[in-house]
Amino acid sequence: MLGYILRRLAIAIPVLLILVVLSFILMYTAPGGPFNSDRPLPPEVMANIEAKYGLDQPFWKQIATYVWNVTTQFDFGPSFQYKNRTVNDIIAQGFPVTLTYGFWSFVIAVTFGISLGVAAAIRQNTWLDYTAVGISIGAQVLPNFVMAPLLIMFFTLYLGWLPGGGWEGGQWNYVILPVTALATSYMASIARITRSSMLEVLNTNFIRTAQAKGLPKQQIIVRHAMKPTLMPVLSYLGPAFVGMITGSVLIDVFFSTGGIGQYFVNSAFNRDYSVIMGITILVGALTIMFNLVVDLLYAWIDPKIRY
Amino acid sequence: MALLDVKNLSITFETPDGDVEAVKGINLSIEPGECLGIVGESGSGKSQTMMAIMGLLAKNGAATGSATFNGQEMLNVSVAEANKVRGADVAMIFQDPLTSLTPHLTVGQQMREVLDVHRNLSGAEAKKLCLDWLERVRIPEAKHRIDQYPHQLSGGMRQRVMIAMAMLCSPKLLIADEPTTALDVTVQAEILDLMANLQKEENTAIALITHDMGVVARMCDRVAVMRHGEYVEEGQIDALFHNPQHPYTRMLLDAMPRIDRPHEAAEVTLTQSENILNVKDMNVKFDIRVAGGLFGKKLPLRAVDGISFDLARGETLGIVGESGCGKSTLARAVLQLVPPTTGSVLWMGRETAGLDRQAMKPLRKDLQIVLQDPLASLNPRMTIAASIAEPLKTFQAELSSNERMHKVAEMMERVGLDRNMINRYPHELSGGQNQRVGIARAMINRPELVICDEAVSALDVSIQAQIVALLKEFQTDMGLSMMFISHDLSVVRDISHRIMVLYLGRVVELADRDTIYTNPIHPYTKSLISAVPIPDPRIERTRPRIQLPGELPSPLDPGAGLRFLPSKRHCDPNYRPQLNEVAPGHWVAEHDSLEEIMETEARQLAS
Repeated sequence: MLGYILRRLAIAIPVLLILVVLSFILMYTAPGGPFNSDRPLPPEVMANIEAKYGLDQPFWKQIATYVWNVTTQFDFGPSFQYKNRTVNDIIAQGFPVTLTYGFWSFVIAVTFGISLGVAAAIRQNTWLDYTAVGISIGAQVLPNFVMAPLLIMFFTLYLGWLPGGGWEGGQWNYVILPVTALATSYMASIARITRSSMLEVLNTNFIRTAQAKGLPKQQIIVRHAMKPTLMPVLSYLGPAFVGMITGSVLIDVFFSTGGIGQYFVNSAFNRDYSVIMGITILVGALTIMFNLVVDLLYAWIDPKIRY
Repeated sequence: MALLDVKNLSITFETPDGDVEAVKGINLSIEPGECLGIVGESGSGKSQTMMAIMGLLAKNGAATGSATFNGQEMLNVSVAEANKVRGADVAMIFQDPLTSLTPHLTVGQQMREVLDVHRNLSGAEAKKLCLDWLERVRIPEAKHRIDQYPHQLSGGMRQRVMIAMAMLCSPKLLIADEPTTALDVTVQAEILDLMANLQKEENTAIALITHDMGVVARMCDRVAVMRHGEYVEEGQIDALFHNPQHPYTRMLLDAMPRIDRPHEAAEVTLTQSENILNVKDMNVKFDIRVAGGLFGKKLPLRAVDGISFDLARGETLGIVGESGCGKSTLARAVLQLVPPTTGSVLWMGRETAGLDRQAMKPLRKDLQIVLQDPLASLNPRMTIAASIAEPLKTFQAELSSNERMHKVAEMMERVGLDRNMINRYPHELSGGQNQRVGIARAMINRPELVICDEAVSALDVSIQAQIVALLKEFQTDMGLSMMFISHDLSVVRDISHRIMVLYLGRVVELADRDTIYTNPIHPYTKSLISAVPIPDPRIERTRPRIQLPGELPSPLDPGAGLRFLPSKRHCDPNYRPQLNEVAPGHWVAEHDSLEEIMETEARQLAS
């Protein structure tokens, strides 16, 4: 097991390097640059700025310097857009925010999604099933850019219960709305996957054996059916978790949370190379990590999988 | 009073095409301690009857009538009510032991929960009872096995675990639904012996649901025959076998291929003797990744381990062996569907081993295969006519579509399919009909060699007999050669000229079919043949069985190849037993005598 984890982490290093090189090439080949604007700068000024950020260097040298700084000093460089701020600063400020509401969204989506799915499956074709399926379809067809303004309209403007934006260091009343907006559609997907997976498991031969053994229904569901049901849910959860904790630009925009999603999109618009690279590597590393976690959880569910 | 008394039981399934009556008002009873065989072909409702009694019908099924166990009604009672009886006084084991145990719970966990629920036993006491039962069903190293997961056990072992689990609360009735159908013959024989012993020692009544008259003859006191959800006939075992009243019972008994007595019609004579296929020293190796080291390591699995044989024009070579013996891999390697690792395959004198796809293509017209699962091996999106016509498009592209359809219709009639079925899809056909499609597809280009890989194994006995007859007809008409692969020795006997017995990728015995059955020499062949149940209770009860000690070893175990030659193990563990010609055409692999093998095995167990 430990050997397997080490091996996977060892593989992660070249994967991240390839990710860096590819993103760098893509950005380099895209036309335009961070300092192009509608009013062209005088060539001397432009040359000065480019020299300051090292953009006048040949491509291989730029990338070599970048990789060197990242690997040896964990330095992702200065932002091209926000003066006097480094990428490390931006991530250090934005990521904890995103992590907070992403984590709670994940907890809520998983808890409610799985409960809803299981309840629907064991009461298949009853009002409970129809309600659960109804809720999850409803939640799915309401994307978060519709959900967010609706929530603000209702809870902030109409009821006046919750603040409609801001972060305030993550006080609970500021967290509720972004979490709700982000969690619902994930919850809906998890509920649907859980329901169909549970229905399939309930039709297997080993569940029939458990029934023939005279076990109470609850024990059959919890002890015999639950783990295999979670297999497909788990494969969905890996990427979903990364999606949630790297946040959504829409959540950041609607609720002015100051999360990292906002920076990511802004940096793409403004060709803020170093921020794009920094966040890409962050997302890449997280994806690799959570896929590893999911694979380890598989082994917990299925004794046939041993690393 | 009868232990189980079923009166006027009917079962109806609600389907999108309307209600289907699966069981139509049957009556049956089981006395304490007796073994009742419930026999019938697929769709006869034999399993559903017992499922209804256990409260295990699918959600769309409804049962009416009454079924009382010990005077207590079992039909249509609440789950809580049913749970007082099932698992405790009535236990059930199922056909497929590979999927019938919960994969993520250990053997011990699954067994202990039965005791916990019904006897309120847990802890050391429960564990001890579980261990006792695992030992009683003869699971070796039970102490170690009890903490293993189902996938770490072989199919036969898992069925033993199922039986041990069923017997934990000493049930009065054990319902066994095709308990040995998915198992190899030697394993089947052991499981049946085990159940017979339990019946005697524990006085447990057994309801044995099966399609196999041989199993019935070995096990049952009384037999009930079912067909299309109705009761056909019932009687004491001897009376029913020797004096069947109903024509359907007689038909079932007649259709059953018998290892001790080949069908009269089975006489196939071989006239020509020109070899069309020579296989020489064929090896197929697969690399199996196992745990170990930082990156795991690979072990070679020798699926086919140096097999040589010839096949004459018009000849049928039967290939038998238990699961994992390499019979299907051999078939695929002969057809170059899996490339042989080493060795040569001469087809009509031409080397085909190592030919690439393009070079192989023209030869494929003459080399065909019929597969085991008739439904799964046809494309579900193609009409059966399209499936049959496809080989014509490849090899007789010059035909106009009218000519092609004409040929297809002709072939369909030939294999016994109605011309009107031309636009049907595989799922609309029965298993037997689908296998006829598979045969039509294989035969339409008049091939020289057809390999039947378990082609009749999934079919009911009556259909099986028809398909075998059809294959023989084709052989006589077209002079075609066949390799007939099966785990069922009785069927192989009916169709083959010569029979080759495989064990872990090697030939252990090869002879003409009568010799193999009347004068087997290798202990493995002997044990295989003695394990096949004969559908005649008088013969079956008195027949001695040759039992080999221990389980079939894993093919990855390097010592496995010398299981029958233990005296060589010490000098050269990589030695391969060589084939000797003991009589003209009768080849037997080197082996020690049965007594010596038993002794070595016993010594090993002791140490």
